[in-house]
Amino acid sequence: MVSRILKRAYMFSLYLFLYAPIIVLAFYSFNNSRTRGAWTGFTFKWYLALFQDRQIMTSLYYSLSIGVIAAFVATIIGTLAALGINHLKPIPRTVIMNLTYLPVLNPDIVTGISLMLLFIFVRLKLGFLTLLLSHITFNIPYVILSVLPRVKQLDQNMYEAALDLGATPGLAFWKVILPEIMPGVVTGWLLAFTLSLDDFVISFFNTGSGVSNLSIIIYSMARRGINPKINALSTLLLVSILALLVTVNLMMSRQRHLKIREESE
Amino acid sequence: MKKTWAAYPYLFWIIIFTIIPLGLLIFFSITVQTASGIVFSLDNFRRFLEPVYLKVLMRSLSLAALSTVLCLLLGYPAAQFLAAHDLKHRNTMVLLMVLPMWINFLLRTYAWLPLLERKGLINYILGRLGLPSLNLLYNDFAVMLGMVYNFLPFMVLPIYSVLSKIDRSLIEAAEDLGADPALVFRKVVFPLSLPGVFSGITMVFMPAVTTFVISRLLGGGQFTLIGNLIEQQFLTVGDWNFGSAISMVMMAVILISMGFASKYETEQEGGGLW
Repeated sequence: MVSRILKRAYMFSLYLFLYAPIIVLAFYSFNNSRTRGAWTGFTFKWYLALFQDRQIMTSLYYSLSIGVIAAFVATIIGTLAALGINHLKPIPRTVIMNLTYLPVLNPDIVTGISLMLLFIFVRLKLGFLTLLLSHITFNIPYVILSVLPRVKQLDQNMYEAALDLGATPGLAFWKVILPEIMPGVVTGWLLAFTLSLDDFVISFFNTGSGVSNLSIIIYSMARRGINPKINALSTLLLVSILALLVTVNLMMSRQRHLKIREESE
Repeated sequence: MKKTWAAYPYLFWIIIFTIIPLGLLIFFSITVQTASGIVFSLDNFRRFLEPVYLKVLMRSLSLAALSTVLCLLLGYPAAQFLAAHDLKHRNTMVLLMVLPMWINFLLRTYAWLPLLERKGLINYILGRLGLPSLNLLYNDFAVMLGMVYNFLPFMVLPIYSVLSKIDRSLIEAAEDLGADPALVFRKVVFPLSLPGVFSGITMVFMPAVTTFVISRLLGGGQFTLIGNLIEQQFLTVGDWNFGSAISMVMMAVILISMGFASKYETEQEGGGLW
């Protein structure tokens, strides 16, 4: 009994450790005074200032557009790659898979710097394009790793049956292969999009000429100390993540519900 | 689809964006710029052996190692608790462990500033209690705290997933044969959880060694870890050759430690118990 209480107390303090900083951060976003510590009254002014900050709003736009485009391109290249890799001979396949794992295992800072060297070497001006290319590069491996297991489960006969029934290879791909591997493709896209939004280190080295994503703006503001606008921004991000997770969970439990009903009918 | 050509765009992509950049990094690390042009030399690596730089490396390794140990000590009991079979809200509790990882890494690090700074919440509370204020920010303590905070879930989750798959009957068998809980843990549970422990260690140690954000935000401008050294060489000093050499050293450290970990993990598979 005593050990049970001890265990609970331990877990409670661990969760407190994980969540206290975030909660304090959100709490201070409503604090009237800029000097922290003391609470001097409730305000929305930091949120107002946040939405009026052109720099932050532009960086949000860049983060989202880079995230969507990079995830989209990486998903196409990565899905095709997964389909191709599955039919390679063992040796080239091992080589490609090892090269795929390399950017995953390599420290971000090394990936970031080596890409920067490439862009400067070919005299590509650091900016939106280089940022996008670097994001696509680190996203592709994750797409491959989430699509490949689905590709391996594919039943080869289905594709051949489609061809026998008169489908062109393109149609067979569209109607047979793609629906089968779709869950992996969707996971891959989501993973790529999240990683892209979350990345700081690789972006930091591969952007320039005034193009900054959210992470870079947060870094440059945080380096100068505390800024209540960041508190407001993180509170909003936190709320949107929570809303997203709750929605996904609700959708999944509804699906499970429907499935159970179907099975029982 | 017997068509391997589907992989060609990707092949093209890795050649341009993975192989060539790494080649450039290697090239820069083994050359120096002199008045007469670019000359091959190992000077960059020799320079890294100077005490100033070795000290930075040792500091990065020891801070990362300490944080990893702390994560293991804090995380293992938590993983055990989560894996306990009679827990009611297990999924919710695991989700709560994962949730902080969804928040931007920079924000998670930044979140400590309002707590730790001179006029921050902790010192404010201490002041109210009539206690002297503490120097909590811009030192080793703050950097380690940042590492443990950011990477703790990476330790808990792999250990949890291994622990929750352990066959209960093995534990019951050990108990039937007269082992007390401590012996069961030492002889059965812990050895079986080692793959999780090892992947936890790599997942914490790797980002902790290479970080330059935590040290910059919580350690202050003067605080230098190997990641900061690389950043400085490229962005402020402009010595790409030396910066590339340090990056190569860092890559070697990481890939070698990964190699060890994965070797251990594969040895564990199949009859690892005896």
